[in-house]
Parts: sequence; structure tokens; C-alpha cells
Amino acid sequence: MTTQPVHFYQIGSFAVGNRLVDDADRTVQSNANRTNSIDSGHRACQGCGEALGARYALDAAMRATGGKIVAVNATGCLEVFSTPYPETSWRIPWLHSLFGNAPAVATGVAAALRVKGKTDVRVVGQAGDGGTVDIGFGCLSGMFERNDDVLFICYDNEGYMNTGVQRSAATPPAARTATTEAVGPEPGNSFGQGKDVPRIAMAHDIPYVATATVADLHDLERKVERAMSMRGARYLHVFVPCPLGWGSASNETIHLARLAKETGLFPVFEAEHGVVTNVSTIRHQVPVEEYLKLQRRYAHLFGKNPRPDIIERLQLIADQNIARYGLVVDDDDSKEVTA
Amino acid sequence: MLRQIEGSRAVAETVALCRPEVVCAYPISPQTHIIEAVGVMVKAGELAPCEFINVESEFAAMSVAIGASAAGARAYTATASQGLLYMMEAVYNAAGLGLPIVMTLANRAIGAPINIWNDHSDAMAVRDAGWIQLFAETNQEAADLHVQAFRLAEELSVPVMVCMDGFILTHAVEGVDILDQSVVDAFLPPYEPRQVLDVSDPVSIGAMVGPEAFEEVRYLAHLRQLDALVRIPVIAAEFAQATGRESGGLVRSYRTEDADVIIVALGSVLGTIKDAVDIRREAGERVGVVGITTFRPFPSEAVRTALAGANRIVVIEKAFSVGVGGVLSTDVAISMHGEQFELRSVVAGLGGRNITRRSLEELIARAVSGDLEALTFLDLDHGAVNRERERMASARRSGPSAENLLRDRDRGPVAATWVKEES
Repeated sequence: MTTQPVHFYQIGSFAVGNRLVDDADRTVQSNANRTNSIDSGHRACQGCGEALGARYALDAAMRATGGKIVAVNATGCLEVFSTPYPETSWRIPWLHSLFGNAPAVATGVAAALRVKGKTDVRVVGQAGDGGTVDIGFGCLSGMFERNDDVLFICYDNEGYMNTGVQRSAATPPAARTATTEAVGPEPGNSFGQGKDVPRIAMAHDIPYVATATVADLHDLERKVERAMSMRGARYLHVFVPCPLGWGSASNETIHLARLAKETGLFPVFEAEHGVVTNVSTIRHQVPVEEYLKLQRRYAHLFGKNPRPDIIERLQLIADQNIARYGLVVDDDDSKEVTA
Repeated sequence: MLRQIEGSRAVAETVALCRPEVVCAYPISPQTHIIEAVGVMVKAGELAPCEFINVESEFAAMSVAIGASAAGARAYTATASQGLLYMMEAVYNAAGLGLPIVMTLANRAIGAPINIWNDHSDAMAVRDAGWIQLFAETNQEAADLHVQAFRLAEELSVPVMVCMDGFILTHAVEGVDILDQSVVDAFLPPYEPRQVLDVSDPVSIGAMVGPEAFEEVRYLAHLRQLDALVRIPVIAAEFAQATGRESGGLVRSYRTEDADVIIVALGSVLGTIKDAVDIRREAGERVGVVGITTFRPFPSEAVRTALAGANRIVVIEKAFSVGVGGVLSTDVAISMHGEQFELRSVVAGLGGRNITRRSLEELIARAVSGDLEALTFLDLDHGAVNRERERMASARRSGPSAENLLRDRDRGPVAATWVKEES
């Protein structure tokens, strides 16, 4: 029989827990009066980062608005696992229309609420990375450009997981998917130019753009609250590991999300009106191998025929992110900067 | 008040009288004048409260309308042709969700070859989407149908598409009586949604449905369409009572009492057909017309009654199913199941080609004498078609047909092989 050692986290450790913090600093989820925007019993996989991220994000939005949000969902895992007929996990008004139109549908809901004078009710649009950076991108950009009063959240698991793990424009280079198999001289996804939607969102000069991961849920909640304190188009890009699509252990979801940030592969920052205002610096920088080797989608980079050349190129991406956002600060005080 | 007014303007002003709360705008000819005029009214504050949203595509236009309707607002948009096809996925979705959106379709051909002029290919492409489709014969009817459309859509929770011929109606200036606001308000009560995104009573709209219930959901949509067949004549009668005008309804007959040959058609061409029928009547031919106002749901019983007694039925269509033939013809044939009659399909007016009274007179004469083939393309230039067929047969790289036909018209027949432009 396997046993699990008990950890007692405290402030100052690398994983901030709730046990010893003031009530005001505790997460929404630790509050007994929190809402259950997405009820338990849904069909998400074990260790699903998206289910976790969506629960924290929506409950935080509920707290920020006094329980007055409407959610618009794109087609995808979140939609499918939350509403298998005849059940629904949603305890909030929820609308699913199509794969590629969630930002526009959210615009329509916001317009209706405005015309009805219900300006206290707020709209949250949500989609996976496919519904955001690929098929929904036109509608997303239109919503940004009009500055419609919508918080749009992308739960980025770096591929089309609902359809069986295919490549999206958010799939990182070298990652194996069902449409970028680990075969040939350049196994996995190609090294393209990338499609950095948080930066594209910033280029629209919308009031608020932020990234977050499910490794720092308190940070995610804070960013949702910040977003809900503003009007206009707001964008939150949440990094959500997918055990099924990535070939990772389901108990590694939080760990992988943290490593994505700590390697520099996923920069965590906030921007207002097109200008970066806050960066979550790397606390313990780790090489990208530490992150890659935990995922079978990168297995072809290790093992019998290792590809240090490809790993090096991935490290270069992390290094570029670190340089672009100033993610590594030499000063010892940097450990206090994240909040 | 009766005014000399462009069809698009008449529709825009009538839509405004219906107090839409969210209007989504994306330009496409020949619909654009409608949405421009509504936009001016909203911006000037004449139509309020109303959110006028300039979207980035037709797909977004219908999607915004979906969100607005689901959140309880009366939503309207307009499109045509390629725009309708670009929003196709959302068109089906609006119907599937049972959202009473009203949309004007300024009927236009679908490319390629690109063509901005009128035919009914766009409306036919979405005939199975679950929308009610009403066809206007005149600009007066186009305006009136919008008032009835909102009423019908909201009663039944079904989206309604008002089809009006692009340019022929949208850009034609003629006398149209624009209703008083009080008349419209009395006829069209505020929108009371059957389902709505409400924080005090949360529901999930658009949930996933598997084989356990999908067929039932679709069948319920079918039943609502059948309900429309009952409600449309009632609403048209109420409208007539309120306004003194006959607009809408299922089908309309003209001089069919003793008709041996009856012509069936949709939209504005009915006027020209009636003129041709009047002339052939003077020549002693027993010919009449049945106009289909409600194309979806298809009013089979009404069509059957209207066509009873005719030995020959000629369906004139501004669209066709490539490789098959008439679309409306198929619906008419099914409606007439068990009857003894001869059905003739005539495809006419594609891509805006004029359907002239003279051509129609000749057509009627051929129908009366029994010389009409089962499928006829009116005023088709067989010579041009044959020349292109010969080119295609004689050379593999015969080039793009559309351009070859244009060259033929400009310069006379060109060589079979690709002719490079001389600079």
C-alpha cells in the first residue's frame, strides 16, 4: 500500500497554502460561502487543468459581481464535460452556441444586458485555445476592437483535446499531437512564428490583459477580480495542463503549470491599455528539460535518440520570454514581487 | 403614411417601428442600405433603446444576435448571398436554440462566379436550417412582413427570414405605406422570451444532447414549424384588420379559378408573371398564378388546394439544385402527391438576368401547347454554352469557363487553347 507524506505548507514556502493566512487573503474557494458555478459531477478527466481553472475563475467572477454573471461558452472540452445530456454542472446562466463564435455571442449578451439596463450583470466568455486562438480568433479580435464589456477567458491546454489531441496555433514547437506526430527528421509540431494571443490582445489596447496558471490559483482569482473591476474588453489567458493530451500524470497538473512558469515557457503578467503593468517573476528558474521530460508529448526528445538540439531551441524560447518580460530578477527582493 | 421610398428604406423604417433592441450590422450588397438606415436612426436617437453593433463578419452578426436574443433582447440583422453562407453555422444554431431572431435576406446569387445580382440561391441554401422563410412580392409586402415576422418569431420561438429580391425590391423606389408606431405597438407586444439568461433563474442553453433526445428536439422544431402554418394566416388576417392591407399569408392565387395551367413562383417576379398571364388570358388561354409567400414551412395543404384543377403546373424558380433541377418544384410535386398533373420546372433569372414579360408570354404559350420540357432554362444562350463545351472537349487546359464566356461576348468565339493577353 502506498502512502503519501503529509505536507504542511506555510507562508514563505514555494507553495502558498491557506492554512496560515488571514481570512482576507484566502482564496475564494476556501470560503464556505463561495458559489459553485461549476458543480461537481462533471465529466472532466482526472487532473484536468481546465476544470480547475474554470471553477476558480468563475467563482472569483461571481464573488466580484455579487453573483451576477452570465457565461458564454465555446464548443470544446469545457462545454462537453459540463453538459452531458440530461445533466448540467452550471449553476449560473450559461449559453453555448458554436465553436468559433463565443466572443461574438458574449458581445450579444452584453448588448442585451445594456439595452435592458441590467448593467450590474456581467458577461464572461470562455473557450479553449482552439476556440480562442484559431477558429474564434476573428470574433475575439472584433470583440476587442469594439471594446465590448466582456471578460474573455482562454483556457489554454495547447491543443484540440476534445477532438483527440490535435495541433492548434497554441501548440508549442516539438510537441507531439495527433496531427503533428513524433516522426520524421523534425518530430512533433514545427517551429513556426508562434501566435501569442495575449500580446495580440494587448495590441488592441484593451483595458486589461493578463495571463495566469492553475499553479497559482490565488493569482488567477486576483486577476479575475481585477478584470471584473473594469469595463470594456478584458482578456485572461490561463495555462491549464491536460494530462490526456500531454501524456502527463494526473497528479502533475499543478506541478507542470508551475514549471511552465518557472522555466519561462509561459510568462505570467498583467497589462493595462497595452502596457505591461505587472510580471510574476521566476522564483526558482529551471531548465526546460525539467518541464518537458514529465510529458509524453515530448518523449521523442529524450530516450534512445535524444534531441538536445530541439531542447535547446525550446530553451531559447523560454530565454526570449525571460528577456522580454524581465522574468528573472537577480535582486534577493525579487521573491516578494509576485503579489 | 404613403411615400415614394426605396425598398431598403421602407424595410429599415418598419424594422425600427418594431423596436429592435440589438441590431447587428455587416455590409453586403444588396442589403447594405437597410442596415445603414437603421444605423442612422439609432445614432440619432430616434430608435432607442437600441444597441447598433458593427461586427467584423456575418458570422459574428448572427452570433451577436444569438447572444442578444438569448439574453432577452429583440434582435435583428440583415444579409445576403455570401454573407448568409458565411453565417450559415450560426443560422442553423439560432434555429436549433429556438431564438426568435428576425433577419432580412436581400436575395442575391451565390458565387463563383461572383455576382451581386438577384436570384434565390441564397435562400434555398438555408431552406433546411429551421428558419421560417417568407418571400415578399412587393416593397409594401416586404415592409409589412417584418412586422408580422417579429410577431410570429416571438410567438413560436423560431427565427424568421424575410426574403426580398435584391436590387429589384431593395433598390426600387415606389410608393410604400409606412405604418404608424401606434399600429405596430398594438400589433406587436414586447418580447417575452421562453428561455432567457437570467441570474435570478439560471439555465443552461445550448447543452450537449446525444442520441437519447436529439431526434425529439428536432421533432419539436418541426412541430413549431407546423404551428407556424396555422399562425401565419391568423397573423396575416389580424394584420389586415389592423392596417387594411393584405400582406403575408401562406399562398396567394391570381386568376386560377378555371385555370388549366398554373404558374407557381416566389417573390417579385410574380408581378411580371401576372402581367404575362393577363395578356395570355386575353388570348383566351386559361392560365393563372399561385405565389408562395411562406416557403418554409412549406404550406403543402394550401398549395394543393390552390393548384387543384390545374392540369399543368409550371414552377418558375430563381434557383436550382445543380444536377437535379428545381427546388420549389420538388416541394410542389410532393404537395400534389396522388393528383393527376404535369409538372414543368423553369429556371429563370439567375444572377439577375431579367425575366421579361415577353419571355414569360412565350413560355406560357409553350406550356399551354404542351411544348415545354420537364426542365427549362429560360433565355439560355445555348450557343455560348455549346462553344465552351467544345473548348473543354478539345483542350485539357481550356481555362476558366466564366472568363471564356465573357471573352466570347466581347470578341466573338475564341480559340480552344488558352489565349494569352497581348500587351
